[in-house]
Amino acid sequence: MEKAIKRYMPIFVLPTLFAFALGFIIPFIMGIWLSFCKFTTVTDAKFVGISNYIDAFKDTVFRHSFWYTVLFAVVSLIVINVVAFALGMALTKELRGTNVFRTIFFMPNLIGGIVLGYIWQLIFNGILEKYGTALGLNEWYGFWGLIILVSWQQIGYMMIIYIAGLQSIPGDVMEAAEIDGATKWQRLWKVTIPMMMPSITICMFLSITNGFKLFDQNLSLTAGEPAKMSEMMALNIFNTFYGRTGWEGVGQVKAVLFFIIVVLIGMFQLRATRSKEVQQ
Amino acid sequence: MKMKKVVSILLTAAMTAALAAGCSSPSGSGSGDGSQGGDSSEAKGKVYYLNFKPEADEDWQALAKAYTEETGVPVTVLTAASGEYEKTLKSEMAKTDAPTLFQVNGQVGLASWKDYCYDLKDSEIVKGLTDEGFALKDGDKTAGVAYIIENYGLIYNKELLKKAGYSAEDITDFDSFKKVVEDITKRKDELGFSAFTCAGMDGSSDWRFKTHLANLPIYYEYKADGINTTDAIKGTYLDNYRQIWDLYINNATCEPTALSTKTADDATADFVTEEAVFYQNGTWEINNIADVGEENLGMLPIYIGVDGEENQGVCTGTENYWCVNAKASEDDIQATLDFMNWCVTSDIGVEAMCTNMGFVIPFSANLESENVLVNEANKYLEDGKTPVTWDFSTIPSEEWKNGVGSALTAYAADQTDANWDKVVTAFVDGWATEAAAAK
Repeated sequence: MEKAIKRYMPIFVLPTLFAFALGFIIPFIMGIWLSFCKFTTVTDAKFVGISNYIDAFKDTVFRHSFWYTVLFAVVSLIVINVVAFALGMALTKELRGTNVFRTIFFMPNLIGGIVLGYIWQLIFNGILEKYGTALGLNEWYGFWGLIILVSWQQIGYMMIIYIAGLQSIPGDVMEAAEIDGATKWQRLWKVTIPMMMPSITICMFLSITNGFKLFDQNLSLTAGEPAKMSEMMALNIFNTFYGRTGWEGVGQVKAVLFFIIVVLIGMFQLRATRSKEVQQ
Repeated sequence: MKMKKVVSILLTAAMTAALAAGCSSPSGSGSGDGSQGGDSSEAKGKVYYLNFKPEADEDWQALAKAYTEETGVPVTVLTAASGEYEKTLKSEMAKTDAPTLFQVNGQVGLASWKDYCYDLKDSEIVKGLTDEGFALKDGDKTAGVAYIIENYGLIYNKELLKKAGYSAEDITDFDSFKKVVEDITKRKDELGFSAFTCAGMDGSSDWRFKTHLANLPIYYEYKADGINTTDAIKGTYLDNYRQIWDLYINNATCEPTALSTKTADDATADFVTEEAVFYQNGTWEINNIADVGEENLGMLPIYIGVDGEENQGVCTGTENYWCVNAKASEDDIQATLDFMNWCVTSDIGVEAMCTNMGFVIPFSANLESENVLVNEANKYLEDGKTPVTWDFSTIPSEEWKNGVGSALTAYAADQTDANWDKVVTAFVDGWATEAAAAK
C-alpha cells in the first residue's frame, strides 16, 4: 500500500502543488517584490527601494487600524471561544433535541460574509434609528456590531469542534474523578479543559487569525465609517492600494507587514496553547 | 484495488479540471473570439474594449458585433461592474491580451495611466471633435478623447412643484430656491411630499455630494482665481457649500441622522414615488426615473449663493475619456483607432451611441437626443447661461472624497460649527495632503 502511494505521489501532489504555487507561493513572492516597487499594473513595476515602507510607517490611519484590529481580535477570540465552549458543553449533555440545536447554531456559518454584513447593517441601523443615530456615526458601534456579527457567524463552527473534542474524552476518566470526589468545577478545570487542549488550540488559532483577517464583514457592515475609524487592517490595505494614484506599492508594504504580524501572533498562540496539551 | 485506482484517477482529473476552469480567461460575452467573418484575411488587428458603463453593456456588445460583421475585425467588449473600473483595469492591463481601448476620468485618472496612453494627436477621431477642449492633454500629448458629454443638476418633478404653487421661473438663485424649499417643508403634511429626496451617504449615493456637489465650490474658486487646477484649495466658497448642504439635509424625506444608511435606491424611490420634488443627479439617470413621466421631468442648476449665479447653467462636462493602449501591438492600435472613429462617424455607430445608449457625443455626427433631461439641460445653453465645468476631475484622490464624505455625514447627524470645521479640514487640509501624497 505504502509503495502504491509513493508510486502515485505525482498524481496526488502535483495538481495541488501547482495550484498552491499559482495561487499562493508565486503571488506571495511577487507581493514582497512589489512592495519595493512603484507600479500601476503588477507586471510592469519599477524598483524604488524602501520609500514605500517609509510612507507606510508614516501613515497614522494604519497605526489606528492596527490597534483597532488587535482589540477586535482579542475580544472576538474571548467571546467566541467562551460561548462556543459553553454551548458545546450544554449540547453534549443528554438533552432532547440536541441535534436540532447543533444544526441551528451551526447554520449562520453557511452564509457568506458580505451578505451577513449587509443584513446585520439593516438590523443594527433599524434599532439605532430609534435613538437618532446610526452605525456609521460612531466607531464603537461599528466595533460591537462587528463583534456581534462574527460571534453569531463563528460560534456555531467552533462549537462543533468543541463538541467533537468533548465526545472524545473517555468516560472512565470522568468517572474516576467523580469517584475521587471532585466537584463539578474541579472536573471542568482539572479534567475536561486539559483533555480539550487540542480543540482549544485549533479554535483559538482559527478565531484569532479570522479576527485579524476580517475583511468582507468589515467592508459591508461599516466600510470604515466614520472617517476610517472602524477600518481594520485588511480593509485599510485594500483602500490604500486603490485610494490614491501611485500608492499601490504602499498597500503592498502594508500587506507584507500584515503577513508578518499575523504569522508571529499565530505562532506565539500555537506555542502557548500547545505546551498545555496533555497526552491521553 | 482497481476501484481505488479509478477513484484516484477521477479525483485527480476533477482537481485538474477545476484548476483549468479557474485559470481560463474571462471571455466577456464578447463577439470577438473565433467569429471573424468571411473577409477576415485583410483584418490584422483586434480590439478589446474595457467598458466603463454597465448600463450600456448590451448596446456595446451589439455594436461590437455589428462592427465585426461589417469589417471582420474582432471586437471584444468587457464591462467592469459599477464602481470597479479602476480595479478591473488594473488587473486586465497586467495580462498579455490587455485592453486596447480603455478610459480614464480626467487629469487625475490619467496620472496613473499616462504611460499606457497612445498619443492620439494625429488620429482621425481627435480631428472630428467639435471642440478641442474635449481632448485630454498630457503636456503636448493627446492622451485621451471624450466620447460623451453629460449634465447634472437638480432634477425636479414639474407637477409636484406646480402643486406646491411654484414653477421653475420662481427659482433663479439660492435665496429664491431656499424660499421655495422651506415653504414646501413647512406645508409638508398638507402637500404630502418633501422638498428633497434623502441625501443618501451610503457608498452607492455619496458621490452625488462628496464629488458632484463639491464641484460647485471648487468651480467658483477656480473661476475667481483664474486657474483650472491646484495643489492647495483655499475653500473660499465652503460657506456656500454648507448652505446648500443644510438645505438638502434638513428639508428631505428622511432625518439627517439616518443619512449614512440611505442608498441611491432609496433616493430614486423617493423621487419616483413622488415623495419629493428635487433630486440632485444627472442625465444618465433617465431610465431609473422615467416612471414619473417624461413631461414631468425638469432640471435646474444647483445654486449655492454666489454672486452672479442667475447666469449659471447646469454642470456640463465629461469624465469619460477614451484612451488607446500604447503597449498594444501596432496592428491592434490601428484596429482600435479605426473602431473608435467608426463609432462616432458611421451611421450605425452614431445611431447606437446617441439613440440606444442615449449619449451626447462631442462629434459633428451627434444626433438630437431623445433623453428629456439632456434637452432640459440644453435649454440653459440656448438661453446663454454659462455651464459649470466638471472640475471635480481635479480632485487629488479617492481618499479626499471619502474624507469629505465622512465629514459631511457626521456633520449632518450633529449640525454644529465644530463638525462643520471638520468638513473644512477634510476639504482644505485634506486636499493639500492628498495632492502631496500623489506620486
